Amino acid sequence: MKVLKIFIILFLVTSFSELKSDETKDILKNKILKNIRCLICQGQSVYDSESEFASSIKLIVDRKINDGLKEKQIYQFLREKYGDWIVYDPQLNKNTYILWLLPLLLFLLGGAIMSKKLKFKN
Amino acid sequence: MKNKFSLFVVIIFLSFCFVIFYKGLNTPNNYTPKVNKKKNIPTFKAKDFYSNNYVNSDKIFEENTFYIINIWASWCVPCRIEHPLLMQLSKNQSIKLIGLNYRDNFNNAKKFIDDFGNPYSRILIDKDGTLGVEFGAYGVPETFLIDKNKDIIKKFVGPINQEIVNEIKLIIK
Repeated sequence: MKVLKIFIILFLVTSFSELKSDETKDILKNKILKNIRCLICQGQSVYDSESEFASSIKLIVDRKINDGLKEKQIYQFLREKYGDWIVYDPQLNKNTYILWLLPLLLFLLGGAIMSKKLKFKN
Repeated sequence: MKNKFSLFVVIIFLSFCFVIFYKGLNTPNNYTPKVNKKKNIPTFKAKDFYSNNYVNSDKIFEENTFYIINIWASWCVPCRIEHPLLMQLSKNQSIKLIGLNYRDNFNNAKKFIDDFGNPYSRILIDKDGTLGVEFGAYGVPETFLIDKNKDIIKKFVGPINQEIVNEIKLIIK
């Protein structure tokens, strides 16, 4: 009887952990799909789109996750195929450095102007 | 003086906005990925259209010649438009055409080939569109030119036209 109890507990624990791993895979998949642009749709992510392109990408992402690829590796794979535009979150490179550095520059400029004005007032 | 200056600034700002929006309206919204650098053909395994057997990509591109990968489907209307041009290209000895049948029904695809002719030396099946993704394609029709080093050197999105055929002929000469 005791053995049976242990067996049932073990069975339940393993089946729940499997369920959990599926759940985390789904969460990761949805996160990735929301960050991929549907290239043939207007203003939609692959997650939101039902187009043929989007459904193929969904299959590919699913396959890559099952193959054990990490989130960044999947983005890299898609970038190699379609260019940086496919990912909503652009990487810092020679084409995007203005995009990344401009807010910082404006922030510093604003800070400089403010401190100068404050000094002037004092 | 100050009023005149602010009016000038407002006019400059509005004209700037006008130019930006006017340019934005005139640029097409469809994004076409650029093939800036040569890409090696992906390694893959695909089902052959007629034999239904799996073939490896290195077996498909084993000859020392130029290849064209053409993604097509029987339900795709622009594919019908470009088909005569593919037939014309297939007569060229220095190039081999590989068809990638995209998300199609076998009987419809076979009827398409029977009705319009078969320009392909081999047809592969891409039932779920994932093989197209390996090539960086996002729809049908799409055509890739592969050189003797097995690099994708050109990508044509949409149906090919006579101008593109001439360009291909010039490259493979």
